[in-house]
Amino acid sequence: MTPLLAPATPAELASAVRSVPRVIVVGAGTKARLAAVADDFVRISTKKMSGIVEYEPSEFTFTALAGTPLRDIMAVLAARGQYLPFDPMLAEAGATIGGTVAAGLSGPGRWRFGGLRDFILGVQFVDGEGRLLRMGGKVVKNAAGFDLPKFFVGSAGRFGALAEVTFKVFPRPRALRTLQLEAKNSAAKARLLTAAANTRWELDALDASIDEPAVYARLGGPPEALEPLAAEVLARFPGRVVDESVAAALWREVVELRWAREDGELAKMALTPADVPEFVGLVRGLSGARGWISGGGNVGYVSVPPGAGFSAFPWSGVTLRGAGPLWLGPPRNFVVMHAVKAALDPQKRFPNLDD
Amino acid sequence: MKTRAAVVPSGGVLARLAALLPVGRVLTGPAQLAAYSSDGLTAFQATPLAVVVPESQEEVIAVVRFCHAEKLPFVARGSGTSLSGGSLPFAGGIVLALNRLNRILRMDPALRVAVVEPGTINLAVTVAAQPFGLHYAPDPSSQSICTIGGNVAFNAGGAHCLKYGMTSNHVLGIKAVLASGEIVEFGGVSRETIGPDWTGLFVGNEGLFGVALEITLQLLPRAEVFHTVLAGYRTLEQAGDAVAAVVASGLLPGAIEIMDALALQAAAAAVHADYPPGCEAVLIVELEGPREVVAVDRRRLDELLAGSGPVEVRPARDAAERLAIWKGRKSAFSAVGRLSPDFIVQDGVVPRRRLGEALRKINAWSAEMGIRCANVFHAGDGNLHPLILYDGREPGALVRAEELAAKILRMCVEMGGSITGEHGVGVEKRDYLPAMFSPDEIACMHRVHAAFDPEGIANPGKMFPSAEAPALTHPGLHPLEKAGVISRE
Repeated sequence: MTPLLAPATPAELASAVRSVPRVIVVGAGTKARLAAVADDFVRISTKKMSGIVEYEPSEFTFTALAGTPLRDIMAVLAARGQYLPFDPMLAEAGATIGGTVAAGLSGPGRWRFGGLRDFILGVQFVDGEGRLLRMGGKVVKNAAGFDLPKFFVGSAGRFGALAEVTFKVFPRPRALRTLQLEAKNSAAKARLLTAAANTRWELDALDASIDEPAVYARLGGPPEALEPLAAEVLARFPGRVVDESVAAALWREVVELRWAREDGELAKMALTPADVPEFVGLVRGLSGARGWISGGGNVGYVSVPPGAGFSAFPWSGVTLRGAGPLWLGPPRNFVVMHAVKAALDPQKRFPNLDD
Repeated sequence: MKTRAAVVPSGGVLARLAALLPVGRVLTGPAQLAAYSSDGLTAFQATPLAVVVPESQEEVIAVVRFCHAEKLPFVARGSGTSLSGGSLPFAGGIVLALNRLNRILRMDPALRVAVVEPGTINLAVTVAAQPFGLHYAPDPSSQSICTIGGNVAFNAGGAHCLKYGMTSNHVLGIKAVLASGEIVEFGGVSRETIGPDWTGLFVGNEGLFGVALEITLQLLPRAEVFHTVLAGYRTLEQAGDAVAAVVASGLLPGAIEIMDALALQAAAAAVHADYPPGCEAVLIVELEGPREVVAVDRRRLDELLAGSGPVEVRPARDAAERLAIWKGRKSAFSAVGRLSPDFIVQDGVVPRRRLGEALRKINAWSAEMGIRCANVFHAGDGNLHPLILYDGREPGALVRAEELAAKILRMCVEMGGSITGEHGVGVEKRDYLPAMFSPDEIACMHRVHAAFDPEGIANPGKMFPSAEAPALTHPGLHPLEKAGVISRE
């Protein structure tokens, strides 16, 4: 499907939204299910809405147009020793900052300081009536007005079209050290995830493999501090330090979701570490399924063959790729959700929340 | 307003309200009402029709649904520490005093979450989590008395926001009764969110959406060690430059605070805090984390501070010295209260690089207008806290103090900052909301508000400018005003 509209500025985005009765905004299409809606929705591409509008390293903030590729942003931040601590996903695949907000995707680094929702400060968006509106702020701390920037995280383009986003950034840790810790079964993985979370180490990332008998812990900080910390982690949990280039490849595989099948469906689910054994069991029990556990056991990714679906999984989730329902798990259907939809998009120009 | 609360026309409403609760939970005596007529922003007062003291979630739900049916305004209140007038009663409306809903319903050290009722004191969460090596990170200065419900409504901050964020970054889930009467459950125990972040939208609603009944909080392991340094400077600019140097160095301190001369004088008098003599400003920087990391980072910090032209640098040598540094800082508000019968505290935010310029302007205005103004602020995130001193008994003094406050707020917006970093808009800054947001944007917020509160009964008069879009907030007089039951002063 070719996007019909490709605005280059927020004002053009607003006119594009106004110009058609039903619209869906698409970025790079790396989470295609979000925009897989009925054919009568006109697709607006953010491809031309690219660029960092403001970046003040001393303020720890930047503002970028919604269609800006993550990799551009990350390169500019890295040049000043800064980063988005939630490890934006699918950057190499070409994901945009706007699509990342709409999908609510955070990588393994979310473990240390929080996910995307904890770093978004402001948005400029077009509502269902075509008005260009700003919410939140451009400084690291702001409590004025309702927190619509957070609300847009994970909202899948159902309430408005993002034009511009403002984020908080942090100084990048000077070094990283990845440890592969032994966990021979899923119960051991759950125990390890729980135990490692409540320590003095302040781990940078804490993920678990489904297939390997392993939990991966990452430390971040000054290089001279990481040696003794790594030694202490390994004294408590048997394992080994992963060679730096191997570790970099491993995390790239995780944030780029390269372990997933190329066909079928891919979903993200909200778990707790206590759910890990059941989650591992379900993934393993499904022929052709693959998975990964991130965020200290709070996030589960599953990739299944075409048509297999996720009905066996009891958790709330969102389908990122493939067919099938967008939202997974127990429905939460409150009157206020429809009322907020009506407040922001009374004519239902954007897809319904459950389209 | 004069409550004609005790007078008969309202008797019908009160009697029906009282029938929802056990005897003695609806307070209407003048002395009882007076105790709730104001909050931390004492310049404003209003007398409610009645104060309701529920003891269970069911009772809160019953009262909110009653208010919805009767179109009766209500204000949910915890300890009343709001500095923006956030829990100021609506004259003639109901105050829901939630202090008795203070149970910690669940403490799960393995998942590191606590589920609490809204009247739970902020510090009580950390106290309950401590045996497990955990704590609740947001630490507003009032943390020993303020409640989690109030923290959630106003997205409270504290001294550690740059690194740890505000209340909203630590709330995982919320069960609430909305002003519409609907009971909702947003989020949950998982750190991950699926779909639009309803929990995030609810936090910071300033009580306009409804009443949180159960709040799921994330707990963090307590930092292993702290390195807290106090550095004195001859000028505020030097202290500001030191902040810039620390930030540019790649360090991520848990807290960076500055106190100016008047604030230092006040803290010294109030809690006998001892500061280097001859200083116009004191900078407090705190590193925290695993001992190996702090050991490396503190060497860099010590070098930076030594090179920033300080009069004196004093690292806290032990926990007692660290506590003394924080005691001086956290007592600054109440200490300034001893210098002056009345004061206004504000919490506007400016971009960090413009802190020095902002302070010069504040000091110049303060001198020009003859109004004393003490400054303590979260320098790490550009969050100012000018304390504007005045004597309410002096005619016109409050008006002049508010004029200075207005100049400061407008400056914050002009510099690209915010009118509030952590106290919320409340009553105090509602007329400045249009300085930050366009009419379209405010209208959008009104529509979102109406989705949660179609009758405009939840904490009316807060956040939105009073004259803005009346048809969307209060269509003319409140029905009870029309009926002559209540009136506004």
